[in-house]
Amino acid sequence: MQRASLSSRSVQYVFLVFVAAAWYFLTESGNISRLFLPKPGDVIDALTRLFQTASFWSAVLVTLTTALKGFVIALVLGVLAGYLVTRSKLAIATIEPLISGLFTIPITLFFPMFILFFGVGTGSKVAYGATYAFFPIALNTIAAFSNMEKRYLLAAQSMGGSRWDIFRYVLMPGALPVLFTGLRIGFFICLASVLGGETISSVAGIGRNIALAAELMEPARMFAWILFVVCMSVTLNLLAYSFENKIRSR
Amino acid sequence: MTQVDKNNDDIAISIKNVTQRFGDEGSPESVLALDNISLDIRKGEFVCLLGPSGCGKSTLLNIVGGLFRPSSGSVTVDGRLVDGKPHPDKIAFVFQESTLFPWYTVIENFHIALKFQGIPKSEWDDRAMTALKAVGMASFAKHYPDQLSVGMRQRVNMARGICVKTGILLMDEPFAALDEQTRMVLGEDLSQLLAETGKTIVFVTHSLAEAVFLSDRIAVISARPGKIKTIIDVKTPHPRSPDFMLEPRFSELRNECYALLRDEIRATMALQRDPQPTGA
Repeated sequence: MQRASLSSRSVQYVFLVFVAAAWYFLTESGNISRLFLPKPGDVIDALTRLFQTASFWSAVLVTLTTALKGFVIALVLGVLAGYLVTRSKLAIATIEPLISGLFTIPITLFFPMFILFFGVGTGSKVAYGATYAFFPIALNTIAAFSNMEKRYLLAAQSMGGSRWDIFRYVLMPGALPVLFTGLRIGFFICLASVLGGETISSVAGIGRNIALAAELMEPARMFAWILFVVCMSVTLNLLAYSFENKIRSR
Repeated sequence: MTQVDKNNDDIAISIKNVTQRFGDEGSPESVLALDNISLDIRKGEFVCLLGPSGCGKSTLLNIVGGLFRPSSGSVTVDGRLVDGKPHPDKIAFVFQESTLFPWYTVIENFHIALKFQGIPKSEWDDRAMTALKAVGMASFAKHYPDQLSVGMRQRVNMARGICVKTGILLMDEPFAALDEQTRMVLGEDLSQLLAETGKTIVFVTHSLAEAVFLSDRIAVISARPGKIKTIIDVKTPHPRSPDFMLEPRFSELRNECYALLRDEIRATMALQRDPQPTGA
């Protein structure tokens, strides 16, 4: 197990090195226009220059707070709706397929409506991200609470646990790992939706800056933003994973 | 057959005319699982419910434990009507599969059970460790259930049923998933514990040897609909050593049980083509 994860880790690193090397040699060879793919060095330069501007940090702050707001709304509504659905077998049978069916609809199509209802400010992105993140959170909540094996509940009941005791000490800890997976997926879908929304129509945020750099024909700057988002997402994802593993190993 | 003891103070569990029907009477899916069962169990007695699979013995145990209400008839425990509600102050359950919560360590599993039972926190560790020591699992207190073998888990599971202060322990084929050697060892442990704690135990099994080795009395239950066919007295006192199994009396009783069950097993086989919405 340890060994397998070690070797798969090294394959991942080799892949990353390969991508970086391919990027370097492709751009150095001069066969590719700088407009399509700038040199890695130029991108790093652009990124260090970005770091020194106040507008960079305010854009990051806008995007992260927007994503966080959307996520919190999705968390509250998704967990609540998911949990309520699991209170009845009939509801699980009818509503769960409905939610997973709705999730297959590209909600992107409704983005102009979000702009129409909530304006070009952050409000529309909060609503859009929350809508997208609602689905995986609700679906995982349903899975988490409905897959609890009945024998654990029977055992808890026969021990004399009250309804609250059983929820707090049996249902909740049993559901937490799957629930948390839903939250992690939900958060990253929310972040991606906010970023995507920002590139389409917004006045501030990381997505807005990426779109602007593209329009102004500043590929190095654009890639610098993208590189930053990639690093940020990877870091956040690793944090979420390690937290999730901590929950799971309990 | 039903009235074992006239002295009511001595009776721990009284089962009166319990009938269980699944599905509405008269409908084609309707199944009569238990037919008018009456049985009194004395305090400190070890009673086995022995019968072919599908005869309703687990159903009967669940009714005694208050996990559901029978179609008709009643169960009283220490003179209190069970009435389809668990009575955790009087009755503890040990299920067929381990019901140790996988997200808690062994000791935390005990704490939860004791907490649910309303036992003061100061007693938790003491009770848990005593019960764990009794089944030889004291050194695994900090392990998670999935770090233990199936046999170890079931030992802990059994110990958790013992650590609470109920006078009655209901066990639903607790050793069914174990290999024969582990079964025998746990059977010895259980016989020992019974002698030490004086708990009343009702034990569901389809193992003849287990029934004879552990029981004071064996209630042989017929194929569906489950009725008490005979009650066999095993007079050997607890704790019983493995030598008991070598005695001629052991084989006699075992054969007697088998003779009683053989017809029932054939009857069950004939029933097998029918739908079986009942539990074991």
